Amino acid sequence: MSHIQRFPSAAKAASTNPLKMSQPLGAALAYLGIDRCLPLFHGSQGCTAFGLVLLVRHFREAIPLQTTAMDQVSTILGGYDNLEQAIRTIVERNKPAMIGVATTGVTETKGEDMGGQYTLFRQRNPEMADTALVFASTPDFAGGFEDGFAAAVTAIVERLVEPSPVRIPAQVNVLAGSHLSPGDVEELRDIIEGFGLSPIFLPDLSLSMAGRQPTDFTATSLGGVTVEQIRAMGASAATIVVGEHMRIAGNALELKTDVPSHFFSRLTGLEATDKLIRLLMELSGKPSPARLRRQREALVDAMLDGHFFYSRKRIAVALEPDLLYAVTGFLADMGAEVVAAVSPTQSPVLERLKAATIMVGDHSDVETLARDADLIVSNSHGRQGAARIGVPLHRMGLPMFDRLGAGLRVQVGYRGTRELLCDIGNLFLAREMDHESHDHGESHGCGGGSCGCNAV
Amino acid sequence: MLQDKIQDVFNEPGCATNQAKSAKEKKKGCTKSLKPGAAAGGCAYDGAMIVLQPIADAAHLVHGPIACLGNSWDNRGSKSSGSQLYRTGFTTDLSELDVIGGGEKKLYRAIKEIVQQYDPPAVFVYQTCVPAMTGDDIAAVCKFAAQKLGKPVIPVDAPGFVGSKNLGNKLAGEALLDHVIGTVEPDYTTPTDVCIIGEYNLAGELWLVKPLLDEIGIRLLSCISGDGRYQEVAQAHRARVTMMVCSQALVNVGRKMEERYGIPYFEGSFYGVSDMSDTLRTMTRMLVERGADKGLIDRAEGVIAREESRVWRRLEPYKPRFDGKRVLLFTGGVKSWSMVSALEGAGLTILGTSTKKSTKEDKERIKKMKGEEFHQWDDLKPRDIYKMLVDNQADIMMSGGRSQFISLKAKVPWLDINQERHHAYAGYDGIVNLCEEIDKTLSNPIWRQVRQPAPWESGPSSTLLAAE
Repeated sequence: MSHIQRFPSAAKAASTNPLKMSQPLGAALAYLGIDRCLPLFHGSQGCTAFGLVLLVRHFREAIPLQTTAMDQVSTILGGYDNLEQAIRTIVERNKPAMIGVATTGVTETKGEDMGGQYTLFRQRNPEMADTALVFASTPDFAGGFEDGFAAAVTAIVERLVEPSPVRIPAQVNVLAGSHLSPGDVEELRDIIEGFGLSPIFLPDLSLSMAGRQPTDFTATSLGGVTVEQIRAMGASAATIVVGEHMRIAGNALELKTDVPSHFFSRLTGLEATDKLIRLLMELSGKPSPARLRRQREALVDAMLDGHFFYSRKRIAVALEPDLLYAVTGFLADMGAEVVAAVSPTQSPVLERLKAATIMVGDHSDVETLARDADLIVSNSHGRQGAARIGVPLHRMGLPMFDRLGAGLRVQVGYRGTRELLCDIGNLFLAREMDHESHDHGESHGCGGGSCGCNAV
Repeated sequence: MLQDKIQDVFNEPGCATNQAKSAKEKKKGCTKSLKPGAAAGGCAYDGAMIVLQPIADAAHLVHGPIACLGNSWDNRGSKSSGSQLYRTGFTTDLSELDVIGGGEKKLYRAIKEIVQQYDPPAVFVYQTCVPAMTGDDIAAVCKFAAQKLGKPVIPVDAPGFVGSKNLGNKLAGEALLDHVIGTVEPDYTTPTDVCIIGEYNLAGELWLVKPLLDEIGIRLLSCISGDGRYQEVAQAHRARVTMMVCSQALVNVGRKMEERYGIPYFEGSFYGVSDMSDTLRTMTRMLVERGADKGLIDRAEGVIAREESRVWRRLEPYKPRFDGKRVLLFTGGVKSWSMVSALEGAGLTILGTSTKKSTKEDKERIKKMKGEEFHQWDDLKPRDIYKMLVDNQADIMMSGGRSQFISLKAKVPWLDINQERHHAYAGYDGIVNLCEEIDKTLSNPIWRQVRQPAPWESGPSSTLLAAE
């Protein structure tokens, strides 16, 4: 990725307790939001196994993910044969609606010509024309999780979306970035449908990664946006683009279909949500449903009740860039001080962050920067460092393998913002109450007995 | 060089399956060629990490792009009683520029940083696919670093694309043989020093076994590599007897230690009452044969008698509860037959077991134990398993974490018996733990509830109001 290198990276040669995850993993997650899709890594089988285990641990769901199983010989001689054999095998065995291919470090180091291989495959296998096929270039040695997710969404838009001569006024597209959980997508659907609009989410993880109960065991994703719906995105009245890393896909969609796009850098926070609601009122020509009005009041009320506990709290945040932006923005909105914002990769969104220190780094950098912080917000991998320096950890992002329901957390819209506000606020509140009762100056790292201690 | 190593490992004379092969077949190796689009499982690098990472006080540095470590660190349940350094993920996180310009200098700097900051007794450096392709010579860098920094720096040359997890296990074993075992002399030796190979202390299992060894008077000189310390692993060559736990994975290490240092080895298992007792008997007998005090055997028999009577007494309450309960067992290799005897001892009925990863010997063993009618599935597809479970052909499935959803989505109880599990099942106490876990899940009240039809699925209710 040729992102600006404006923010300092750690000067170390050894990345220690990495925050970064690889591009193909992000691409796999995007593909999993497509109905009856099977993501395929073009690389060694280990690349797939690690990605699979990580996603299984986070979502607690079966994760369909396949590999072209490159070995030494095919790596040197070229991987087309493995790719063709893999796609053919998958089509025969699993009959997916779409196969989403993501390259890896192995095939990208060799320099496989994926555009050429796509054309060659289609020429040689005309009988498989019904299966949608999307290739994304996602080398492990550049960018990270979010970039891979973006690359896959862009590839889907470019390969599948078609311009349409008609407009369906009530249909809106939503390009949902990787910082939106399946629960967030579900919440957005609720909000948008409340205005009588029917949204098409790309990708739609709320239909595939939110705890489905299948009636049969399938080796492809179970639910998600269908290939037909993706093709029909060109007929929508508008596209809502959520997250900086979705901007390229948004532009590609607009270029291809002339559907006007509306960009949202975040949907967490009162004003951020207000902006979305205004747009939906405009697009639908309808007033806001009573439910949303009540939710907004409840959020305003929670802000009034909760701001005491947030004011000047020192918080370190380490998350994927767009989630980092959303969370640090929300914390700043509440009067907290973001002492450190650590991103795994460079991203244009980092320029707009409000934090005392902004850097590209890993969990060991967080450990150094958060020494006198009141809270760390990061994924489950932050737990070791947080425990070492005795600062409580609020888990967000991916992977979150030591909490139930990681995929269904909601942190967008009025209701989601209120939930996030209360979750983090309660950590501070518990600590303050605890100090009063113990009348003790020293703070204990668990945040008030949450570790099972006596919290002195 | 790496190719020679791989051929050497494929030639393993200590492996029964290998012995039965022709020269040509041997050359092909023991890994089935993977089918693109229908393959599953980890790579050689993954396998190497599994074997070596439990060495808790060493630093483990992965030389590769972020995928190899970033997606996989902190995901195994191997426990340490002391140093936690092994849980810190180190990687050179190779970028585009490193791919183009070579990553050797970055690797050296990374090793230096780790040594300066953490001062570990040793650094293990893992090769991965991308630097293997671009030609980074990690062996040379490790040698240079070891000289410069005055610490053992061990190259582990098992890039993912050379083969499966199993091959990676063996290549990690080779790295230990070449660079670690025999490099440190113990302060003192005893006639009862043993080395255990292939036990990773998952969920703290070794700690259920070690007190028994202590009581009998056996000294665990070295464990490869559960709750391991670098110095202890390096002293393994002074053991009197070697025990191999997961036999397929590290057979090369046991055999070569016999070849080089004359240490006899045996295969054993800590799972199940009779296997556990057999293991203790074999271990003490072999130690006595090598000159240990004969009293060792009596002490072992004493411990076995006490533990067995205790364990059977503790399993008694489960028997009526397990009566008629059918188990579907999905695990590989040595664990299949070992688990079968363990579970039947507790009164469960085993419907069948997968034997995908088992050797011919393992399969014969099961056949002998269970007769011809017992199911041994070689290649059962997830969909077929799901069908069996939905059709109520089993009461519980036991398998590794990856197949859990086949069972859970069929709304059938499931228990993890693989490396991510949270409970220790080894030794006499372990089998009681296992039965307790089975009983807990079988008797959980959710199973009846989750199988209820939704309100919109059932027919029209006879009562006007559905409220209670």
